[in-house]
Amino acid sequence: MTKIGTKLGFGRKKKPEGWNRPPVIEQTSEGELLEVAMGPHHPSTHGVFRMNLALDGERVIRLKPEFGYLHRNHEKLGEGQSYLASMPYTDRLDYLCSLTNNWAYALAVEKLTGQQVPERAEYLRVILSELTRFQNHAGTIGFLMQDMGCSGTPLMYAFREREKILDLFEELTGSRMMCNYMRFGGCRVDATPAWLDATRKVVAGLPAFLDEFEALLRSNEILMARTQGVGILPPDLAVNAGITGPLLRASGVNYDIRKVDHYGIYDRFNFKVPLGDHGDVYDRFMIRMLEMRESLKILDQALKEIPGGPVVDPKAKIRGFRPKPGEAYGRIESPKGELGFYLISDGGPNPYRYRVRPPSLINLTVLEDMSLGQNVADVVLILGSVDIVMGEVDR
Amino acid sequence: MAVDEQLKSEMARQGIVVTSLQELYNWGRRSSVWPMNFGLACCAIEMIATTMARWDMARFGAEVFRPSPRQADLLIVSGTVTKKMAPQVVRLYNQMPEPRYVIAMGACAISGGPFKQGYNVLKGIDRYIPVDVHIPGCPPRPEALLQAFIELQKKIDAQPLTGEGRPRFLDVDAQGEFPVPEPGEHDLEPTSNKGVWTVPVVIK
Repeated sequence: MTKIGTKLGFGRKKKPEGWNRPPVIEQTSEGELLEVAMGPHHPSTHGVFRMNLALDGERVIRLKPEFGYLHRNHEKLGEGQSYLASMPYTDRLDYLCSLTNNWAYALAVEKLTGQQVPERAEYLRVILSELTRFQNHAGTIGFLMQDMGCSGTPLMYAFREREKILDLFEELTGSRMMCNYMRFGGCRVDATPAWLDATRKVVAGLPAFLDEFEALLRSNEILMARTQGVGILPPDLAVNAGITGPLLRASGVNYDIRKVDHYGIYDRFNFKVPLGDHGDVYDRFMIRMLEMRESLKILDQALKEIPGGPVVDPKAKIRGFRPKPGEAYGRIESPKGELGFYLISDGGPNPYRYRVRPPSLINLTVLEDMSLGQNVADVVLILGSVDIVMGEVDR
Repeated sequence: MAVDEQLKSEMARQGIVVTSLQELYNWGRRSSVWPMNFGLACCAIEMIATTMARWDMARFGAEVFRPSPRQADLLIVSGTVTKKMAPQVVRLYNQMPEPRYVIAMGACAISGGPFKQGYNVLKGIDRYIPVDVHIPGCPPRPEALLQAFIELQKKIDAQPLTGEGRPRFLDVDAQGEFPVPEPGEHDLEPTSNKGVWTVPVVIK
Protein backbone atom coordinates (compact mmCIF):
# COMPACT_ATOMS: atom_id res chain seq x y z
CA MET A 1 0.00 0.00 0.00
CA THR A 2 1.36 3.37 -0.92
CA LYS A 3 1.46 5.97 1.73
CA ILE A 4 -0.43 9.14 0.86
CA GLY A 5 1.82 10.89 3.31
CA THR A 6 4.91 10.33 1.22
CA LYS A 7 3.25 11.79 -1.82
CA LEU A 8 2.26 14.95 -0.03
CA GLY A 9 5.75 15.49 1.26
CA PHE A 10 5.39 14.06 4.74
CA GLY A 11 7.95 11.82 6.27
CA ARG A 12 10.88 14.00 5.29
CA LYS A 13 14.04 12.51 6.65
CA LYS A 14 15.88 15.71 7.42
CA LYS A 15 14.44 17.88 10.13
CA PRO A 16 14.09 21.45 8.89
CA GLU A 17 15.97 23.99 10.91
CA GLY A 18 14.85 27.35 12.15
CA TRP A 19 12.19 28.43 14.55
CA ASN A 20 9.40 29.01 12.08
CA ARG A 21 9.23 25.48 10.73
CA PRO A 22 6.95 23.04 12.46
CA PRO A 23 8.65 19.86 13.62
CA VAL A 24 8.17 16.97 11.25
CA ILE A 25 6.16 14.14 12.74
CA GLU A 26 6.96 10.80 11.20
CA GLN A 27 4.12 8.53 10.28
CA THR A 28 4.37 5.38 12.33
CA SER A 29 1.59 3.18 11.03
CA GLU A 30 1.38 1.48 7.65
CA GLY A 31 -2.13 2.72 6.88
CA GLU A 32 -3.27 5.69 4.93
CA LEU A 33 -3.49 9.17 6.28
CA LEU A 34 -6.95 10.50 6.91
CA GLU A 35 -7.58 14.05 5.84
CA VAL A 36 -10.20 15.79 7.93
CA ALA A 37 -11.63 19.25 7.46
CA MET A 38 -12.69 20.63 10.84
CA GLY A 39 -14.96 23.59 10.38
CA PRO A 40 -16.06 26.15 9.35
CA HIS A 41 -19.18 24.78 10.99
CA HIS A 42 -17.89 22.98 14.02
CA PRO A 43 -19.08 23.55 17.57
CA SER A 44 -15.62 23.90 19.02
CA THR A 45 -13.75 25.98 16.49
CA HIS A 46 -14.92 29.19 18.21
CA GLY A 47 -16.54 30.66 15.16
CA VAL A 48 -16.02 30.09 11.49
CA PHE A 49 -12.50 28.72 11.53
CA ARG A 50 -11.37 25.76 9.52
CA MET A 51 -8.52 23.36 10.13
CA ASN A 52 -7.42 20.87 7.52
CA LEU A 53 -5.93 18.00 9.44
CA ALA A 54 -3.98 15.00 8.25
CA LEU A 55 -4.38 12.21 10.76
CA ASP A 56 -2.43 9.05 11.33
CA GLY A 57 -4.98 7.18 13.38
CA GLU A 58 -5.69 9.75 16.08
CA ARG A 59 -2.38 11.57 15.81
CA VAL A 60 -2.13 14.85 13.99
CA ILE A 61 0.53 14.75 11.26
CA ARG A 62 -0.28 18.07 9.68
CA LEU A 63 -2.56 20.96 10.48
CA LYS A 64 -3.38 23.72 8.05
CA PRO A 65 -5.56 26.52 9.31
CA GLU A 66 -7.84 28.27 6.88
CA PHE A 67 -9.15 31.74 7.63
CA GLY A 68 -11.26 34.33 5.92
CA TYR A 69 -14.76 33.08 6.62
CA LEU A 70 -15.44 36.23 8.60
CA HIS A 71 -13.39 38.75 6.65
CA ARG A 72 -15.47 41.89 7.01
CA ASN A 73 -13.16 44.44 5.34
CA HIS A 74 -12.44 46.18 8.62
CA GLU A 75 -9.22 47.86 7.48
CA LYS A 76 -10.57 48.91 4.11
CA LEU A 77 -13.66 50.43 5.72
CA GLY A 78 -11.40 52.25 8.18
CA GLU A 79 -9.52 53.93 5.37
CA GLY A 80 -12.68 55.21 3.78
CA GLN A 81 -14.19 56.97 6.76
CA SER A 82 -13.23 59.52 9.37
CA TYR A 83 -11.29 58.64 12.49
CA LEU A 84 -14.32 58.74 14.76
CA ALA A 85 -16.44 56.61 12.43
CA SER A 86 -14.08 53.68 12.90
CA MET A 87 -14.69 53.59 16.64
CA PRO A 88 -17.92 51.55 16.50
CA TYR A 89 -16.26 49.14 14.07
CA THR A 90 -13.51 48.40 16.59
CA ASP A 91 -16.21 47.03 18.91
CA ARG A 92 -16.83 44.30 16.41
CA LEU A 93 -13.21 43.18 16.11
CA ASP A 94 -13.01 41.12 19.25
CA TYR A 95 -16.65 41.10 20.10
CA LEU A 96 -16.17 39.75 23.59
CA CYS A 97 -14.00 42.69 24.66
CA SER A 98 -15.23 45.80 22.89
CA LEU A 99 -13.90 48.20 25.51
CA THR A 100 -10.27 47.16 25.23
CA ASN A 101 -10.52 47.49 21.45
CA ASN A 102 -11.87 51.01 21.90
CA TRP A 103 -8.97 51.86 24.15
CA ALA A 104 -6.32 50.61 21.76
CA TYR A 105 -7.79 52.61 18.89
CA ALA A 106 -8.25 55.74 21.00
CA LEU A 107 -4.66 55.40 22.17
CA ALA A 108 -3.38 55.25 18.59
CA VAL A 109 -5.35 58.33 17.54
CA GLU A 110 -4.30 60.19 20.69
CA LYS A 111 -0.68 59.45 19.83
CA LEU A 112 -1.25 60.66 16.29
CA THR A 113 -2.87 63.93 17.31
CA GLY A 114 -1.09 64.42 20.63
CA GLN A 115 -4.20 64.65 22.76
CA GLN A 116 -4.24 64.42 26.54
CA VAL A 117 -6.65 62.33 28.57
CA PRO A 118 -8.08 63.59 31.88
CA GLU A 119 -7.43 61.64 35.09
CA ARG A 120 -10.98 60.48 35.60
CA ALA A 121 -11.23 59.13 32.07
CA GLU A 122 -8.00 57.17 32.57
CA TYR A 123 -9.41 55.60 35.70
CA LEU A 124 -12.67 54.75 33.95
CA ARG A 125 -10.74 53.18 31.11
CA VAL A 126 -8.78 51.01 33.54
CA ILE A 127 -11.91 49.96 35.41
CA LEU A 128 -13.74 49.03 32.22
CA SER A 129 -10.75 47.24 30.72
CA GLU A 130 -10.20 45.12 33.78
CA LEU A 131 -13.88 44.23 33.94
CA THR A 132 -13.63 43.26 30.29
CA ARG A 133 -10.57 41.14 30.99
CA PHE A 134 -12.37 39.42 33.80
CA GLN A 135 -15.43 38.49 31.78
CA ASN A 136 -13.33 37.42 28.81
CA HIS A 137 -11.13 35.11 30.87
CA ALA A 138 -14.11 33.64 32.71
CA GLY A 139 -15.83 33.02 29.40
CA THR A 140 -12.70 31.54 27.84
CA ILE A 141 -12.32 29.06 30.67
CA GLY A 142 -15.99 28.18 30.35
CA PHE A 143 -15.64 27.55 26.62
CA LEU A 144 -12.46 25.55 27.19
CA MET A 145 -14.33 23.28 29.56
CA GLN A 146 -17.14 23.03 27.02
CA ASP A 147 -14.59 21.84 24.46
CA MET A 148 -13.38 19.27 26.96
CA GLY A 149 -16.86 17.80 27.13
CA CYS A 150 -17.88 19.40 30.39
CA SER A 151 -21.02 20.67 28.78
CA GLY A 152 -22.75 23.45 30.60
CA THR A 153 -21.78 23.93 34.21
CA PRO A 154 -18.54 25.98 34.10
CA LEU A 155 -19.82 28.03 31.17
CA MET A 156 -23.05 28.72 33.04
CA TYR A 157 -21.08 29.85 36.09
CA ALA A 158 -18.94 32.11 33.91
CA PHE A 159 -21.89 33.61 32.09
CA ARG A 160 -23.68 34.26 35.38
CA GLU A 161 -20.85 36.61 36.36
CA ARG A 162 -20.53 37.93 32.84
CA GLU A 163 -24.14 39.07 32.90
CA LYS A 164 -23.47 41.12 36.03
CA ILE A 165 -20.57 42.84 34.30
CA LEU A 166 -22.53 43.35 31.09
CA ASP A 167 -25.29 45.01 33.10
CA LEU A 168 -22.72 47.51 34.32
CA PHE A 169 -21.56 48.11 30.74
CA GLU A 170 -25.10 48.59 29.62
CA GLU A 171 -25.90 51.07 32.34
CA LEU A 172 -22.85 53.16 31.53
CA THR A 173 -22.56 52.88 27.77
CA GLY A 174 -26.01 51.87 26.60
CA SER A 175 -25.01 48.57 25.07
CA ARG A 176 -24.24 45.15 26.44
CA MET A 177 -21.57 44.12 23.98
CA MET A 178 -20.89 46.87 21.46
CA CYS A 179 -20.05 49.62 23.92
CA ASN A 180 -18.50 52.26 21.63
CA TYR A 181 -17.55 54.16 24.77
CA MET A 182 -14.10 55.66 24.47
CA ARG A 183 -13.35 58.83 22.59
CA PHE A 184 -10.15 60.57 21.56
CA GLY A 185 -9.14 62.45 24.68
CA GLY A 186 -11.45 60.74 27.12
CA CYS A 187 -14.68 58.81 27.37
CA ARG A 188 -18.11 59.46 25.98
CA VAL A 189 -20.18 59.88 29.15
CA ASP A 190 -19.36 60.25 32.80
CA ALA A 191 -20.03 57.52 35.32
CA THR A 192 -22.53 58.41 38.00
CA PRO A 193 -21.74 57.78 41.70
CA ALA A 194 -24.52 55.19 41.65
CA TRP A 195 -22.75 53.35 38.83
CA LEU A 196 -19.47 53.37 40.72
CA ASP A 197 -21.24 52.01 43.81
CA ALA A 198 -22.86 49.29 41.75
CA THR A 199 -19.47 48.41 40.28
CA ARG A 200 -17.92 48.24 43.74
CA LYS A 201 -20.69 45.91 44.78
CA VAL A 202 -20.20 43.62 41.78
CA VAL A 203 -16.42 43.61 42.19
CA ALA A 204 -16.80 42.76 45.89
CA GLY A 205 -18.75 39.66 44.89
CA LEU A 206 -16.31 38.42 42.26
CA PRO A 207 -13.64 36.88 44.57
CA ALA A 208 -16.25 34.49 45.94
CA PHE A 209 -17.06 33.43 42.38
CA LEU A 210 -13.38 32.92 41.63
CA ASP A 211 -12.92 30.77 44.75
CA GLU A 212 -15.88 28.66 43.76
CA PHE A 213 -14.73 28.41 40.14
CA GLU A 214 -11.23 27.46 41.14
CA ALA A 215 -12.36 24.88 43.69
CA LEU A 216 -14.58 23.41 41.02
CA LEU A 217 -11.92 23.11 38.34
CA ARG A 218 -8.38 23.50 39.57
CA SER A 219 -7.72 20.02 40.90
CA ASN A 220 -10.29 18.20 38.85
CA GLU A 221 -8.78 14.88 37.87
CA ILE A 222 -10.20 14.78 34.36
CA LEU A 223 -9.13 18.33 33.64
CA MET A 224 -5.59 17.62 34.81
CA ALA A 225 -5.40 14.41 32.78
CA ARG A 226 -6.66 16.12 29.65
CA THR A 227 -4.62 19.32 29.85
CA GLN A 228 -1.30 18.70 31.58
CA GLY A 229 1.50 18.13 29.11
CA VAL A 230 -0.79 18.83 26.15
CA GLY A 231 0.00 21.45 23.54
CA ILE A 232 3.32 22.58 24.93
CA LEU A 233 4.62 25.87 23.57
CA PRO A 234 8.34 26.37 24.25
CA PRO A 235 9.25 29.91 25.37
CA ASP A 236 11.81 30.54 22.61
CA LEU A 237 9.30 29.62 19.92
CA ALA A 238 6.68 31.79 21.60
CA VAL A 239 8.99 34.80 21.61
CA ASN A 240 10.16 34.25 18.04
CA ALA A 241 6.66 33.84 16.71
CA GLY A 242 5.48 37.07 18.29
CA ILE A 243 3.03 35.44 20.67
CA THR A 244 1.61 37.75 23.32
CA GLY A 245 -0.89 37.64 26.12
CA PRO A 246 -1.73 34.75 28.43
CA LEU A 247 -0.39 32.30 25.86
CA LEU A 248 3.11 33.81 26.12
CA ARG A 249 3.04 34.17 29.87
CA ALA A 250 1.92 30.55 30.29
CA SER A 251 5.21 29.62 28.61
CA GLY A 252 7.05 31.54 31.32
CA VAL A 253 8.00 34.72 29.46
CA ASN A 254 7.53 37.79 31.60
CA TYR A 255 5.95 40.21 29.15
CA ASP A 256 2.87 42.21 29.93
CA ILE A 257 2.36 45.48 28.08
CA ARG A 258 0.69 46.95 31.14
CA LYS A 259 4.07 46.57 32.86
CA VAL A 260 6.29 47.23 29.84
CA ASP A 261 4.59 50.29 28.35
CA HIS A 262 2.77 51.68 31.39
CA TYR A 263 0.17 52.97 28.99
CA GLY A 264 -2.66 54.88 30.62
CA ILE A 265 -2.05 54.90 34.34
CA TYR A 266 -1.05 51.29 34.90
CA ASP A 267 2.16 52.30 36.69
CA ARG A 268 0.06 53.47 39.64
CA PHE A 269 -1.40 50.10 40.45
CA ASN A 270 0.10 47.32 42.42
CA PHE A 271 -0.39 44.02 40.64
CA LYS A 272 1.60 40.96 39.67
CA VAL A 273 2.05 39.22 36.35
CA PRO A 274 1.43 35.50 36.77
CA LEU A 275 3.79 33.26 34.82
CA GLY A 276 3.46 29.64 33.79
CA ASP A 277 6.04 26.93 34.09
CA HIS A 278 5.30 24.32 31.45
CA GLY A 279 3.47 26.17 28.70
CA ASP A 280 0.77 23.55 28.38
CA VAL A 281 -2.99 23.91 28.25
CA TYR A 282 -3.28 23.60 32.02
CA ASP A 283 -0.88 26.49 32.54
CA ARG A 284 -2.89 28.64 30.16
CA PHE A 285 -6.02 27.82 32.10
CA MET A 286 -4.34 28.64 35.42
CA ILE A 287 -2.79 31.87 34.08
CA ARG A 288 -6.25 33.10 33.22
CA MET A 289 -7.51 32.19 36.69
CA LEU A 290 -4.65 34.10 38.31
CA GLU A 291 -4.99 37.06 35.96
CA MET A 292 -8.59 37.41 36.98
CA ARG A 293 -7.44 37.76 40.59
CA GLU A 294 -4.89 40.40 39.59
CA SER A 295 -7.59 42.24 37.66
CA LEU A 296 -9.68 42.34 40.79
CA LYS A 297 -6.72 43.86 42.66
CA ILE A 298 -6.44 46.61 40.04
CA LEU A 299 -10.19 47.15 40.14
CA ASP A 300 -10.16 47.53 43.93
CA GLN A 301 -7.41 50.14 43.75
CA ALA A 302 -8.92 52.03 40.82
CA LEU A 303 -12.38 52.16 42.34
CA LYS A 304 -10.93 53.47 45.59
CA GLU A 305 -8.77 56.17 44.00
CA ILE A 306 -10.95 57.41 41.16
CA PRO A 307 -10.87 61.24 41.20
CA GLY A 308 -13.51 63.72 40.11
CA GLY A 309 -13.26 66.00 37.11
CA PRO A 310 -14.16 65.92 33.45
CA VAL A 311 -14.12 62.71 31.41
CA VAL A 312 -13.25 64.40 28.13
CA ASP A 313 -10.46 66.90 27.68
CA PRO A 314 -12.36 70.15 26.94
CA LYS A 315 -9.80 71.04 24.27
CA ALA A 316 -9.98 67.65 22.58
CA LYS A 317 -11.27 67.53 19.03
CA ILE A 318 -13.35 64.44 18.66
CA ARG A 319 -14.77 64.81 15.18
CA GLY A 320 -13.77 66.56 12.01
CA PHE A 321 -10.05 66.85 12.71
CA ARG A 322 -7.18 66.45 10.29
CA PRO A 323 -4.03 65.13 11.95
CA LYS A 324 -0.66 66.25 10.62
CA PRO A 325 0.97 63.78 8.22
CA GLY A 326 2.67 61.10 10.25
CA GLU A 327 2.18 57.71 11.76
CA ALA A 328 1.33 56.29 15.15
CA TYR A 329 1.12 52.88 16.74
CA GLY A 330 -0.93 52.45 19.87
CA ARG A 331 -0.92 49.15 21.69
CA ILE A 332 -2.46 47.78 24.82
CA GLU A 333 -2.59 44.48 26.65
CA SER A 334 -5.98 43.22 25.59
CA PRO A 335 -7.28 40.06 27.25
CA LYS A 336 -5.93 38.08 24.30
CA GLY A 337 -2.54 39.73 23.92
CA GLU A 338 -1.02 42.75 22.30
CA LEU A 339 -3.72 44.62 20.42
CA GLY A 340 -2.26 47.39 18.31
CA PHE A 341 -3.58 49.93 15.86
CA TYR A 342 -1.23 51.42 13.31
CA LEU A 343 -2.39 54.59 11.63
CA ILE A 344 -0.79 56.64 8.88
CA SER A 345 -2.16 60.11 8.27
CA ASP A 346 -1.63 62.07 5.06
CA GLY A 347 -3.25 65.15 6.51
CA GLY A 348 -6.74 64.26 5.40
CA PRO A 349 -9.84 63.58 7.46
CA ASN A 350 -9.47 59.82 6.93
CA PRO A 351 -6.48 57.66 7.82
CA TYR A 352 -4.32 56.84 4.81
CA ARG A 353 -3.57 53.42 6.25
CA TYR A 354 -5.42 51.75 9.05
CA ARG A 355 -3.92 48.54 10.27
CA VAL A 356 -4.89 46.31 13.16
CA ARG A 357 -2.40 44.03 14.85
CA PRO A 358 -4.75 41.34 16.13
CA PRO A 359 -3.46 39.15 18.96
CA SER A 360 -5.74 36.26 18.03
CA LEU A 361 -4.36 35.89 14.51
CA ILE A 362 -0.73 36.03 15.56
CA ASN A 363 -1.32 33.64 18.46
CA LEU A 364 -2.88 31.22 16.01
CA THR A 365 0.33 30.95 13.97
CA VAL A 366 1.78 28.47 16.46
CA LEU A 367 -1.29 26.26 16.47
CA GLU A 368 0.36 23.71 14.20
CA ASP A 369 3.52 23.58 16.31
CA MET A 370 1.51 22.94 19.43
CA SER A 371 -0.79 20.38 17.83
CA LEU A 372 1.56 18.11 15.86
CA GLY A 373 1.78 14.66 17.36
CA GLN A 374 -1.20 15.25 19.63
CA ASN A 375 -4.51 13.47 19.43
CA VAL A 376 -7.20 15.10 17.38
CA ALA A 377 -9.39 15.54 20.46
CA ASP A 378 -6.60 17.53 22.08
CA VAL A 379 -6.37 19.90 19.12
CA VAL A 380 -9.79 21.16 20.12
CA LEU A 381 -8.44 21.90 23.59
CA ILE A 382 -5.31 23.57 22.27
CA LEU A 383 -7.39 25.80 20.04
CA GLY A 384 -9.65 26.63 22.97
CA SER A 385 -6.66 27.54 25.12
CA VAL A 386 -5.32 29.97 22.49
CA ASP A 387 -8.56 31.94 22.92
CA ILE A 388 -9.35 33.17 19.44
CA VAL A 389 -12.22 35.31 18.27
CA MET A 390 -12.76 35.11 14.55
CA GLY A 391 -13.88 38.71 14.24
CA GLU A 392 -10.36 39.67 15.18
CA VAL A 393 -8.55 36.95 13.24
CA ASP A 394 -10.20 37.70 9.91
CA ARG A 395 -11.19 41.31 10.55
CA MET B 1 -60.84 23.24 11.31
CA ALA B 2 -60.76 25.00 14.61
CA VAL B 3 -62.64 23.74 17.64
CA ASP B 4 -65.22 26.08 19.14
CA GLU B 5 -63.47 27.94 21.98
CA GLN B 6 -66.51 27.88 24.26
CA LEU B 7 -67.02 24.17 23.83
CA LYS B 8 -63.34 23.64 24.42
CA SER B 9 -63.27 25.45 27.77
CA GLU B 10 -66.51 23.80 28.85
CA MET B 11 -65.14 20.36 28.12
CA ALA B 12 -61.85 21.23 29.79
CA ARG B 13 -63.74 21.90 33.01
CA GLN B 14 -65.04 18.35 32.80
CA GLY B 15 -61.52 17.07 32.34
CA ILE B 16 -61.86 16.37 28.64
CA VAL B 17 -59.47 17.78 26.10
CA VAL B 18 -60.94 18.50 22.71
CA THR B 19 -58.57 19.48 19.96
CA SER B 20 -58.04 19.13 16.28
CA LEU B 21 -55.28 17.11 14.70
CA GLN B 22 -53.76 20.27 13.31
CA GLU B 23 -53.55 21.93 16.72
CA LEU B 24 -52.10 18.86 18.34
CA TYR B 25 -49.61 18.38 15.56
CA ASN B 26 -48.49 21.99 15.56
CA TRP B 27 -48.33 22.05 19.35
CA GLY B 28 -45.88 19.18 19.21
CA ARG B 29 -43.84 20.80 16.49
CA ARG B 30 -43.55 24.19 18.10
CA SER B 31 -42.74 22.87 21.55
CA SER B 32 -39.49 21.20 20.64
CA VAL B 33 -37.75 23.29 18.02
CA TRP B 34 -34.11 22.34 18.21
CA PRO B 35 -31.76 25.02 16.92
CA MET B 36 -28.50 24.24 15.24
CA ASN B 37 -25.31 24.91 17.17
CA PHE B 38 -23.98 27.30 14.61
CA GLY B 39 -22.41 30.65 15.39
CA LEU B 40 -21.10 33.03 12.79
CA ALA B 41 -20.00 36.21 14.54
CA CYS B 42 -20.87 38.62 17.34
CA CYS B 43 -24.54 37.63 17.52
CA ALA B 44 -23.52 34.07 18.37
CA ILE B 45 -22.33 35.27 21.77
CA GLU B 46 -25.76 36.73 22.47
CA MET B 47 -27.28 33.49 21.22
CA ILE B 48 -25.16 31.59 23.75
CA ALA B 49 -26.19 34.06 26.45
CA THR B 50 -29.83 33.35 25.59
CA THR B 51 -29.35 29.67 26.31
CA MET B 52 -27.70 30.37 29.66
CA ALA B 53 -29.48 30.47 32.99
CA ARG B 54 -30.54 34.11 32.94
CA TRP B 55 -32.69 33.99 29.82
CA ASP B 56 -33.07 30.25 29.69
CA MET B 57 -34.28 29.38 26.24
CA ALA B 58 -35.12 25.93 27.61
CA ARG B 59 -38.45 27.38 28.72
CA PHE B 60 -39.50 27.34 25.09
CA GLY B 61 -38.31 23.83 24.38
CA ALA B 62 -35.21 24.96 22.52
CA GLU B 63 -32.38 24.21 24.87
CA VAL B 64 -30.94 21.35 22.85
CA PHE B 65 -28.51 22.88 20.39
CA ARG B 66 -27.61 20.21 17.89
CA PRO B 67 -24.16 20.38 16.35
CA SER B 68 -25.33 18.42 13.32
CA PRO B 69 -27.69 19.94 10.77
CA ARG B 70 -29.32 16.54 10.35
CA GLN B 71 -30.86 16.79 13.81
CA ALA B 72 -31.78 20.46 13.81
CA ASP B 73 -35.06 22.20 13.03
CA LEU B 74 -34.00 25.81 13.28
CA LEU B 75 -31.08 27.63 11.72
CA ILE B 76 -30.24 30.84 13.57
CA VAL B 77 -28.05 32.84 11.20
CA SER B 78 -26.21 34.67 13.95
CA GLY B 79 -23.86 37.15 12.41
CA THR B 80 -22.20 38.43 9.28
CA VAL B 81 -22.39 36.08 6.33
CA THR B 82 -19.40 36.69 4.12
CA LYS B 83 -19.18 35.66 0.51
CA LYS B 84 -16.80 32.90 1.49
CA MET B 85 -19.20 31.59 4.12
CA ALA B 86 -22.50 31.94 2.22
CA PRO B 87 -22.17 28.65 0.24
CA GLN B 88 -21.55 26.82 3.50
CA VAL B 89 -24.63 28.35 5.13
CA VAL B 90 -26.81 27.35 2.19
CA ARG B 91 -25.30 23.89 2.19
CA LEU B 92 -26.02 23.50 5.91
CA TYR B 93 -29.58 24.63 5.32
CA ASN B 94 -29.93 22.04 2.56
CA GLN B 95 -28.71 19.35 4.92
CA MET B 96 -31.38 20.09 7.49
CA PRO B 97 -34.45 17.86 7.32
CA GLU B 98 -37.91 19.36 6.90
CA PRO B 99 -39.64 20.99 8.73
CA ARG B 100 -36.94 23.63 9.02
CA TYR B 101 -37.05 27.26 9.92
CA VAL B 102 -34.62 30.16 9.75
CA ILE B 103 -34.15 33.14 12.04
CA ALA B 104 -31.95 35.91 10.63
CA MET B 105 -30.40 37.34 13.78
CA GLY B 106 -28.97 40.83 13.66
CA ALA B 107 -28.37 43.54 11.13
CA CYS B 108 -25.63 41.64 9.28
CA ALA B 109 -27.74 38.56 8.60
CA ILE B 110 -30.62 40.75 7.46
CA SER B 111 -28.81 43.13 5.15
CA GLY B 112 -25.06 43.16 5.74
CA GLY B 113 -25.48 45.66 8.55
CA PRO B 114 -22.58 47.98 9.30
CA PHE B 115 -20.37 46.01 6.92
CA LYS B 116 -22.74 46.33 3.98
CA GLN B 117 -20.33 48.50 1.97
CA GLY B 118 -17.65 45.86 2.28
CA TYR B 119 -16.60 43.89 -0.77
CA ASN B 120 -16.77 40.55 1.01
CA VAL B 121 -20.07 40.75 2.85
CA LEU B 122 -23.31 39.18 1.68
CA LYS B 123 -26.14 41.68 1.81
CA GLY B 124 -28.62 39.51 3.61
CA ILE B 125 -28.95 35.76 3.86
CA ASP B 126 -32.54 35.96 2.56
CA ARG B 127 -31.04 36.20 -0.92
CA TYR B 128 -30.42 32.47 -0.85
CA ILE B 129 -32.65 30.84 1.74
CA PRO B 130 -36.16 31.66 2.95
CA VAL B 131 -36.08 33.47 6.29
CA ASP B 132 -39.00 33.15 8.69
CA VAL B 133 -38.17 35.77 11.30
CA HIS B 134 -35.83 38.77 11.07
CA ILE B 135 -34.52 40.35 14.28
CA PRO B 136 -32.92 43.78 14.02
CA GLY B 137 -30.14 44.85 16.36
CA CYS B 138 -26.39 44.86 16.46
CA PRO B 139 -26.36 42.48 18.21
CA PRO B 140 -29.99 41.90 19.21
CA ARG B 141 -30.50 41.49 22.92
CA PRO B 142 -31.34 38.01 24.22
CA GLU B 143 -34.89 39.21 24.80
CA ALA B 144 -35.11 39.99 21.08
CA LEU B 145 -34.02 36.48 20.21
CA LEU B 146 -36.62 35.09 22.60
CA GLN B 147 -39.26 37.25 20.99
CA ALA B 148 -38.22 36.03 17.56
CA PHE B 149 -38.53 32.53 18.86
CA ILE B 150 -42.04 33.20 20.20
CA GLU B 151 -42.96 34.71 16.83
CA LEU B 152 -41.69 31.59 15.14
CA GLN B 153 -43.79 29.43 17.46
CA LYS B 154 -46.85 31.53 16.59
CA LYS B 155 -46.04 31.04 12.93
CA ILE B 156 -45.76 27.29 13.34
CA ASP B 157 -49.01 27.24 15.30
CA ALA B 158 -50.87 29.01 12.52
CA GLN B 159 -49.72 26.73 9.73
CA PRO B 160 -52.56 24.64 8.29
CA LEU B 161 -51.79 21.07 7.36
CA THR B 162 -53.59 21.20 4.02
CA GLY B 163 -54.29 23.75 1.33
CA GLU B 164 -52.71 27.18 0.93
CA GLY B 165 -49.97 28.09 3.35
CA ARG B 166 -49.15 24.57 4.44
CA PRO B 167 -45.58 23.89 5.52
CA ARG B 168 -43.12 23.01 2.81
CA PHE B 169 -42.67 19.41 3.85
CA LEU B 170 -46.36 18.72 3.25
CA ASP B 171 -46.23 20.27 -0.20
CA VAL B 172 -44.89 17.87 -2.81
CA ASP B 173 -44.24 20.63 -5.33
CA ALA B 174 -42.28 22.85 -2.95
CA GLN B 175 -38.62 23.48 -3.49
CA GLY B 176 -36.58 21.26 -1.19
CA GLU B 177 -33.01 21.77 -2.27
CA PHE B 178 -31.76 25.32 -2.59
CA PRO B 179 -29.01 26.02 -5.12
CA VAL B 180 -25.64 26.57 -3.47
CA PRO B 181 -23.91 29.70 -4.81
CA GLU B 182 -20.41 29.38 -6.19
CA PRO B 183 -17.68 31.99 -6.03
CA GLY B 184 -17.69 33.73 -9.42
CA GLU B 185 -15.40 36.26 -11.01
CA HIS B 186 -16.68 39.29 -9.11
CA ASP B 187 -19.45 38.03 -6.88
CA LEU B 188 -21.21 34.86 -5.90
CA GLU B 189 -22.86 33.08 -8.82
CA PRO B 190 -25.82 33.40 -8.88
CA THR B 191 -26.06 36.64 -6.92
CA SER B 192 -29.42 35.61 -5.50
CA ASN B 193 -31.97 32.83 -5.61
CA LYS B 194 -34.79 34.23 -7.74
CA GLY B 195 -37.26 31.81 -6.17
CA VAL B 196 -36.87 33.26 -2.68
CA TRP B 197 -35.72 36.82 -3.21
CA THR B 198 -36.63 39.57 -5.59
CA VAL B 199 -35.01 42.96 -5.86
CA PRO B 200 -37.00 45.30 -3.64
CA VAL B 201 -38.75 48.09 -5.51
CA VAL B 202 -37.81 51.52 -4.20
CA ILE B 203 -40.81 53.86 -4.26
CA LYS B 204 -39.75 57.45 -4.76
